[in-house]
Amino acid sequence: MPSHNIAELEHVVIKFAGDSGDGMQLTGTQFTDTSALLGNDIATFPDFPAEIRAPQGTLAGVSGFQVHIGKIKIYTPGDAADVLVAMNPAALKTNLAMVKPAGTIILNTNSFGKKEYERAHYESNPIEDGTLKGYNVVEAPISSLTRDALQGSGLDGKSIARCKNMFALGMVYWLFSRPLEQTERFIEAKFKENELLIEGNKKVLRVGYNYAETIEALSSSYTILPAKLDAGVYRNIMGNEATAWGFLAASERSGRPLFLGSYPITPASNILHELSKHKHFGVKVMQAEDEIAAVCIAIGASFGGSLGITTTSGPGLALKSEAIGLAMIAELPLVVVNVQRGGPSTGLPTKTEQADLLQALYGRNGESPVVVIAASTPSNCFDYAYQASKIALEHMTPVILLTDGYLANGSEPWKIKKTEQLSDIDPPILDKDEKDWYPYIRDQETLVRHWALPGIENLEHRIGGLEKDFITGNVSYDPENHERMCRVREDKVQKIADVIPELQVEGSDGGELLVVGWGGTYGALANAVDRLTTSGKSVSLAQFNYIKPLPKNTADVFSRFKTIVVCELNLGQFSKYLRSTLPQFKYEEYHKIQGMPFTVAELCTHFEKILTK
Amino acid sequence: MSETQESPKTHKDYASDQEVRWCPGCGDNSILIALRKSMAEMNKKTESLVFVSGIGCAARFPYYMNSYGFHTIHGRGAAIATGVKLSNPDLSVWLATGDGDSLAIGGNHFIHILRRNVNVNVLLFNNEIYGLTKGQFSPTSPLGKKSKSSPQGTIDRPFNPSSLALGAGATFFARAVDTLPKQMTQIFVDAEQHIGTSLVEILQNCNIFNDKCFADITGKEVKDDHQLWLEHGAPMIFGADKNKGLKLKGFELEVVTIGENGVTENDVLIHDAENQSPVLHQLLASMRPPEFPMALGVIRKAKTITYDQLIEDQLAASKKNPVHGNVNELLFSGETWEI
Repeated sequence: MPSHNIAELEHVVIKFAGDSGDGMQLTGTQFTDTSALLGNDIATFPDFPAEIRAPQGTLAGVSGFQVHIGKIKIYTPGDAADVLVAMNPAALKTNLAMVKPAGTIILNTNSFGKKEYERAHYESNPIEDGTLKGYNVVEAPISSLTRDALQGSGLDGKSIARCKNMFALGMVYWLFSRPLEQTERFIEAKFKENELLIEGNKKVLRVGYNYAETIEALSSSYTILPAKLDAGVYRNIMGNEATAWGFLAASERSGRPLFLGSYPITPASNILHELSKHKHFGVKVMQAEDEIAAVCIAIGASFGGSLGITTTSGPGLALKSEAIGLAMIAELPLVVVNVQRGGPSTGLPTKTEQADLLQALYGRNGESPVVVIAASTPSNCFDYAYQASKIALEHMTPVILLTDGYLANGSEPWKIKKTEQLSDIDPPILDKDEKDWYPYIRDQETLVRHWALPGIENLEHRIGGLEKDFITGNVSYDPENHERMCRVREDKVQKIADVIPELQVEGSDGGELLVVGWGGTYGALANAVDRLTTSGKSVSLAQFNYIKPLPKNTADVFSRFKTIVVCELNLGQFSKYLRSTLPQFKYEEYHKIQGMPFTVAELCTHFEKILTK
Repeated sequence: MSETQESPKTHKDYASDQEVRWCPGCGDNSILIALRKSMAEMNKKTESLVFVSGIGCAARFPYYMNSYGFHTIHGRGAAIATGVKLSNPDLSVWLATGDGDSLAIGGNHFIHILRRNVNVNVLLFNNEIYGLTKGQFSPTSPLGKKSKSSPQGTIDRPFNPSSLALGAGATFFARAVDTLPKQMTQIFVDAEQHIGTSLVEILQNCNIFNDKCFADITGKEVKDDHQLWLEHGAPMIFGADKNKGLKLKGFELEVVTIGENGVTENDVLIHDAENQSPVLHQLLASMRPPEFPMALGVIRKAKTITYDQLIEDQLAASKKNPVHGNVNELLFSGETWEI
């Protein structure tokens, strides 16, 4: 039993930061997985540079991993860190501003030589010059202690240097009373070909743990008890992984083979990587020659009877516009995932933003309605990937699924859903005995046409991007027919409101202030609303996952609040859309466009200001 | 319908109910008939056929075939045809495209379908002009060509489609002429029988915007001397008197006359369409009158594994040793915990 004090904390935010090559993503992931197994609620946020390996020790090369764990419900990776692990001066400099006052900073003092701190644009050593006054600074010679520990281990100098992240992890494990077993198991699996690396990494992990226990700088350690989560089996899951798995589930449940056409683009590529691993499910994955080919291959696959999917980010969506219009007029199923990143143009590829909403809604030539939905947490990317596939297949329409860099790379515990808990997917596939059939005959209720798969006798037909006759699908230049077709395609999308869930309000059904958000801002908005509600304020949250069409009860919900504030990471795109769709309401707006998520603190401040107006 | 499937088909069985709307006299009309005849010759089931196209005059092709068809967007037909074929490899997939569609706006997809060797037949209607947009020069228009968008003559050096295709790794390249339907029909059959991307360049006359652009090849007076019909295993002999042949001179081809300067038939090159090396195929396909005859027929037909086969092989290999039996097993794999 530990002889020192163990204090209990409700929640804690830790940021691991170092050079791109220091293994901070791995360190953060290990801390996350271990805490998940202890039953904490968790949210994570990796923050890495666009450069793969920027020059060592530079500000541009800092890679970070933020993790927020709690006994209470955790909505976001946290506004500010209780503990910062900085492996070099550049990591300190880029992260110091987000450390809480009097927070703990663990430094690798071996990397704070003159050359190193100057490379991070410090004029003097920040450890000595008062920069860190007021913080609880833990000076640990991590590199040299790692070296000492592995002397005579048989590992070469480079391999030894790479073990230092385990030292830092060991220290943090002691600080938060985490067991080492999970990470030891991980090390054994990761280096199963190399006994020396297994022994070396495990040793350094334990040495770091013991070092933290011994030094006086850390007088007590902390524990965070398990959170009260619903009963069930959990796993940790990242947004992009959840998206990929949602598609696998949709393919299995619908019986339609999954076909992904994709072109590598940050931050969407992980979906391509993930699906490439699952060919045993019959998944066909094709890395195309460009974004346009990627969507066209998916459309061709849909024509051929597959669940055609393409994954991309903002610039790629722009390139795919014309092809999405083709899938729309041809009325073929297609799911387009846009993992939004900072724009415009190349913008901020590794940062998050929500500025592609209007592109998704309107960015095509002609009247070109498509379904637009958005995931709002890393784990519900699974549900909305599934829903996007279901809507595309059952309603014969392109669906744009919006996620973002924050959701894509963020992770959280997920209460695993069994595929049999998911709703059925029943695409309108024709069988060969169908008589009196024409390609554009529609279901009277849903306005959905049938899907006639090539290879089936008697269903031979031609479709295309030219305007087509309302029934036969033959090319038609008839003026009235064109208007009728434009209207029916719009109506078909609007009819989907009949089958999607109603908008849910978190907090009371009516009152002073309704906070409106969509997609990936859910965590911060819910946390802010929760905090204000607890302090007695009349604030509720309506987070939209279904954007086109809007849930049927949207106007009803809006009408019950005195003030509506629409919060988004852009210059007001959803509020523009709401204003044109539901012009009877007045919308206040709150925007941020810095490539970073909202902080809970800034939201609370703003909402309080509105409430006291 | 099942009775008609069993009885021999005629080209009319492959005609859709749509009125053909190409200009009277356009080469596209004869290509359509030849294609339908080739289908009848192979007794293809109409439901197994998919015609895909991009944009342009040629791209109307799918509407006129009694088969599955998808008229798509400019330049992207090759990518869409790739998706259709990979989605259902049992289908016979055809792409009808033109020199603008495949060599300008769709250049990227054109080279990549050839590189991958997806088992799709590509019919490249080459009329060296933009017809549907009414007469602008195309990437195959000869240098100096006067058109609506080049009143002083083009300053664009043209592509030779065959060089581009063979450079991109085409495993099958044939050239047909719209006014020679019998040979064209046979070439379409050959294209379908080749497993891999089969590219057929069809010299197609646009009688409205670029009339007689291939007159130096098809003209009555010149055709015997300006057409070399290649046949695998046969000597490369042509000419009104069947006494001209091709010979290698260093790294280049030369035209020789049998019976002159001691040249005998044995000196003439024998066509090997199946040679994996595309070097001689390149030389042959690049020939153009008046110095050389135009090479016609199947110039290259090299056996190479297809992309569609490789994708199926990988799937089969993964299914033999599945990591997870179903999606539930995946969801519950790795580190999980129970609350």
